[in-house]
Amino acid sequence: MAMFIRVDIDPALQQDPALAKRVAEVCPVDIFKVVDARLETVEANLDECTLCDLCTIAAPGKISVVKLYR
Amino acid sequence: MRFYEFESKQILAKAGIPLPKSHFCKTPDQAAAAAFEVGGPVVIKSQVLSGGRMKAGGVKFADSPGEAAEHARAILALPISNLMPVGVLVEEKRAIAQEYYAAVTWDGRAKKAVIIFSDMGGIDIEEVAEKHPEHISRTHFSASRPFSDYIAKNAVAGVGVTGNDLNALTRIVAGLARVFLERDMTLAEINPIGKLEDGSIIALDAHMDMESEAARQHLDLLKELGVGPEEKRQARPPTQFEIDAERVDSADTRGVAGNLTEFDGNLGLIIGAGGGSLTLFDAVRAAGGKPANYCEIGGNPSVSKAANLTKLICAQPGVEKIAVMMNVVSNTRVDIVARGVVKGCIEAGFDPAEKIAIFRIPGSWEDEGFAILKKYGVPYVDRSVSMDEAARMAVENTKKKA
Repeated sequence: MAMFIRVDIDPALQQDPALAKRVAEVCPVDIFKVVDARLETVEANLDECTLCDLCTIAAPGKISVVKLYR
Repeated sequence: MRFYEFESKQILAKAGIPLPKSHFCKTPDQAAAAAFEVGGPVVIKSQVLSGGRMKAGGVKFADSPGEAAEHARAILALPISNLMPVGVLVEEKRAIAQEYYAAVTWDGRAKKAVIIFSDMGGIDIEEVAEKHPEHISRTHFSASRPFSDYIAKNAVAGVGVTGNDLNALTRIVAGLARVFLERDMTLAEINPIGKLEDGSIIALDAHMDMESEAARQHLDLLKELGVGPEEKRQARPPTQFEIDAERVDSADTRGVAGNLTEFDGNLGLIIGAGGGSLTLFDAVRAAGGKPANYCEIGGNPSVSKAANLTKLICAQPGVEKIAVMMNVVSNTRVDIVARGVVKGCIEAGFDPAEKIAIFRIPGSWEDEGFAILKKYGVPYVDRSVSMDEAARMAVENTKKKA
């Protein structure tokens, strides 16, 4: 269970399989995976998030990284 | 990585250092054959990675092959410091007129290599240093420049050796220093160097310790000596705690969170940063603390790696609290380590606010790290608190709440 990081995915992103794939590819710590053309988070990896913002840059406005400790 | 005496002597032989005739044997029969081949009185020496062999009965003298076999049988069955010998060294016994000591090692304070030489060999060099300091020379030299025999000569002459002995000993000490430099040793020691009654000078016993991290650079030598790539050759076999920590470290290539050594104290340590781990370990002891372990963390380990190490340390019997301390870090993120240790405590069933005696890692992403610690009530300090002071606080906190 992730304790420090939550990632919210805008439902609109799921309409774009290519963007979903791109977001999964840019994450250096494998927080995302694509299942049936839908972007999902990998629960076990969420706390490994390095706050690099590559996902939010790849999908502007469609990914939110929430610091649960703030 | 430590070498047995017989291996150390093979290394010295390759460097051209004169040695007595000897044979490594694994059975009493081999020892008898070796004694026959040597052809005279022999000494049978336990091959074990421990000092104190003579006192423990691991060194015996024999005048015949039969006696050599008998002694070998006894020595092969004799544990020394809980270690069983891998064999015995059957070596010609020589009449010694004078014993010397030579070692090359690192002087951490001088940040240079140093030759330690004494004309009182064969006994504990620390005892000589204490009782007869005038019989020891210490000669520092740069490891980044070509080694000159002149440095070795100065080391030997430093205790008043002259003439032929000076020349012969210079060759041995220079050879030892070159082995030290070329083979990345942390210690290359010959004790004693014996001057025989015929005037010749040979190395009678040797101890070599190679920097473990450099072992991969010397696979040729290790292969020649028959040392397997999996052999660690530490001072003692690893404990289960240490083996488990090694598994934690090797399971994830991100950063370092391991190299753990177990002690019997009550304060678990998660420490590191470019020599900071050694400094902090000493600081804890200087403050009256009892470390449960030494370890190294750094190079940006993953959250899960730091968490697994934390869980492992928290689970050790006798560990009351843990201290998470580093020097100012640039290559390790404070927030990632903070997440790891907090998560590890919680997954081990402890409240991080109670279990962590102090968190002192200033550096990259410290604001994020401190926010995490604040949320979980973990006591933390920034770089305005020295490592010594943080160690003292950890010890006090452990005593107070234990």
